[in-house]
Amino acid sequence: MDNQKQNSSLVDNRFPWKHFVGYLLSVVLTLMALWITFSSGFSLSIIFAIIIVLAILQAVLQLLMFMHITERNSKIQTGTMLYAAFIAITIVAGSIWVMSAGHAAH
Amino acid sequence: MDHGYQQHTNTNAHLEYQSGQGRLNILGFWVFLGAEVALFSTLFATYFVLMHRTANGPVSSELFQVPSVLIMTFLLLTSSFTCGLAIHEMRRSNLKGVIIWLVVTLLLGAGFLGFEIKEFIEYTHEGVTLSTSAYWSAFFVLTGTHGLHVTLGLGWIILIMIQLKQRGLTPTTTSKVFISSLYWHFLDVVWIFIFTGVYLIGMVMHHG
Repeated sequence: MDNQKQNSSLVDNRFPWKHFVGYLLSVVLTLMALWITFSSGFSLSIIFAIIIVLAILQAVLQLLMFMHITERNSKIQTGTMLYAAFIAITIVAGSIWVMSAGHAAH
Repeated sequence: MDHGYQQHTNTNAHLEYQSGQGRLNILGFWVFLGAEVALFSTLFATYFVLMHRTANGPVSSELFQVPSVLIMTFLLLTSSFTCGLAIHEMRRSNLKGVIIWLVVTLLLGAGFLGFEIKEFIEYTHEGVTLSTSAYWSAFFVLTGTHGLHVTLGLGWIILIMIQLKQRGLTPTTTSKVFISSLYWHFLDVVWIFIFTGVYLIGMVMHHG
């Protein structure tokens, strides 16, 4: 159970490695996105695809390393965020598709 | 599973999870964040749909500045990190550490907000406002809604710090600190997508 795991880490006197690793990886992902955008020489559509993937990775990193999403009600919390991600993709990608695929282009 | 309010030692959970109310509030806040995702999704969708509707006016690549955007990104990212350190100190029952890291978080957040306001003022001087074109309307509403959230977060965390000073680390105050930290981290998550979707793409996008 979750409880056992939490008990052992109840008084956390260790160095906050999780936060440091999360922060460093976030910085690296941000700089990678910057480099790919301005210095990689890839075509625009490839740049967009890569930096959007990097943004999603960094968001997941925040949820795992900073927001403690896996604690306590991890299933409900993770389920809520996955559903929210589904809503986000549907609204954003759906809107872009509908407004650019010819249905409303005139 | 119910640990009650009174036991501070000998319980199986971190302080913020010890009371039933604290647990429910934290869970409820995750659901609220889900609704916030929906809110920002509609603003992002509007922004991307109106991306080329610049009404022959200024385009994003003429105005966006890499250094200023990078400074804002690192200010907010670092504040998200220091806010996480505040929670780490909270779980070591170190009230002083919590306050110190929360103050650092607030200063970094205020720095972010200062740069954003400066950016908006500069755009206004360049003649770019909310009513310049559909594109800029969408830009200001999206980034402004995020900025408003940051402003609210600053006020909220200040109020919680006053409670911490008065009441110390209790199951009630710690669950409040934890919830405000979730909110603060979430604002950085939204910013990651603004940084990527609005600024990076806006700086390399070909208009016309």
